[in-house]
Amino acid sequence: MNQNAPDIETAKLEWRGVRKRFSGAPVLDGLDLAVAPGRSLVIIGGSGQGKSVTIKIAIGLMQPDAGQVLIDGEEVSHLSAGARRGMFGRFGMLFQGAALFDSLSVWENVAFRLINADGVPRAVARKRAIEALARVRLGANAADLYPGELSGGMQKRVGLARAVVANPEIIIFDEPTTGLDPITADAINQLIVEQVKGLGCTAVSITHDLASARKIGDEIAMLQAGRIVWRGPAAEIDRSGNPYVEQFIQGRAEGPISAAV
Amino acid sequence: MNPVRAIGRSTLDLLQTAGAVALFALRGVLALVTPRWFLGQTGRQILAIGYFSLPVVGLTAVFTGAALALNIYTGGGRFNAEQIMPQIVALGITRELGPVLAALMLAGRVSAAIAAEIGAMRATEQIDAMQTLSTDPFRYLIAPRLTAAVITLPVLTLVADIIGVAGGWLVATRTLGFNPTVYVRNTWEFLQNWDVESGLIKAAVFGFIVALMGCYHGFNATGGARGVGRATTHAVVSAAILIFAADYLLTTLFTHR
Repeated sequence: MNQNAPDIETAKLEWRGVRKRFSGAPVLDGLDLAVAPGRSLVIIGGSGQGKSVTIKIAIGLMQPDAGQVLIDGEEVSHLSAGARRGMFGRFGMLFQGAALFDSLSVWENVAFRLINADGVPRAVARKRAIEALARVRLGANAADLYPGELSGGMQKRVGLARAVVANPEIIIFDEPTTGLDPITADAINQLIVEQVKGLGCTAVSITHDLASARKIGDEIAMLQAGRIVWRGPAAEIDRSGNPYVEQFIQGRAEGPISAAV
Repeated sequence: MNPVRAIGRSTLDLLQTAGAVALFALRGVLALVTPRWFLGQTGRQILAIGYFSLPVVGLTAVFTGAALALNIYTGGGRFNAEQIMPQIVALGITRELGPVLAALMLAGRVSAAIAAEIGAMRATEQIDAMQTLSTDPFRYLIAPRLTAAVITLPVLTLVADIIGVAGGWLVATRTLGFNPTVYVRNTWEFLQNWDVESGLIKAAVFGFIVALMGCYHGFNATGGARGVGRATTHAVVSAAILIFAADYLLTTLFTHR
């Protein structure tokens, strides 16, 4: 148990003393963080503070130099390739740019895991994909389009449908509203809240977008120089009393955080 | 920089790259020989790599066969040996030019396309997404391309052999006064099975190189659009160099067989 999870008996997902360096420079410097089952945690922080590395290590796309990642108390950061593929089945992930496969239609993107990993017959997978698309307010007429024919907001919706179609235990959202106008961003936030609450899963998001963080997070944690410098309920972020958080939410160049320019 | 240090650094970089390529190839082969296989993907790649390369390989072969016939006729004429032209054209095409030229055409067309496609997938996180969807990119992306290239390049080479010899026949009978039937009979009687088979074995090896270089450079592309462009260039250049090197090694091996 770590100090960033004081009230969690058994965390659903936990980073314990995680360290990661690139070209000798520390990106994560003993990260301790945990998320309780069914809770939505949003990690905020400036550019280059290690947010993306945090989620890539959690999901197994990157190995930590030191420390552990635990799911339901079980260490998963040093699994074999085969065991890691099994672990991926417990995750859903919405990528920053949606990361849809250009050569596949919308429904094939959504059903990719069902067809290629779970062995679900294509006809059944298509039906489930169309149901998942309906949950993110996309009609069946979108199913046979290709990603290149969709707007940015629609691509995010398809990415969300792909993340939730196999009913994952944990969903990761990487900058879910980046590049979207405020109205579309709010619609995506609303869909994220609906899906996370509807599935009862645990969610971890990283974002620069404070409106998004307030809407989709039960809790917010601020990552600075590879460590968590503040964590608390989303509703209390404006009363954090933490100079890093205050500078970040007020968007000031002056303060303890140096601008990444 | 100290020149000795620069040479040492370059040597280490070269060895490091060779090791990385070897490990990548090993992972690709393991994915190729153990289930699960994505046969639909393999079929699509056979179509993309093989079928759609037929025109470019065919055109290259016909012109090369025709030019080769003219050159051998000219060379043979210097010691009154013009009549051996059909045999030498057939030998040159089947053992050397058929597989090498088909492979070089594929290096330009296919290595580049594979590197660009997989590199773009890397740049847009599609490969990461594939992994999070419990699908091994080596099985879904790499193994089908390796399989397709190893299967299709020998077939393309066989087509190139036939079209190349036909190119020589066309020039010989239309402009050099050879008898059409005699030309075909001389070619057929002279050629041994091994002449064709050795070319096809070379082609299978070259096919592996073409796909491997495209996949390796695309998979390891970094730095966005510029990185994808760099990966594409490296794929074509490295495939071409490796094809020539492998050609020499295999020819040496087959000559001493």
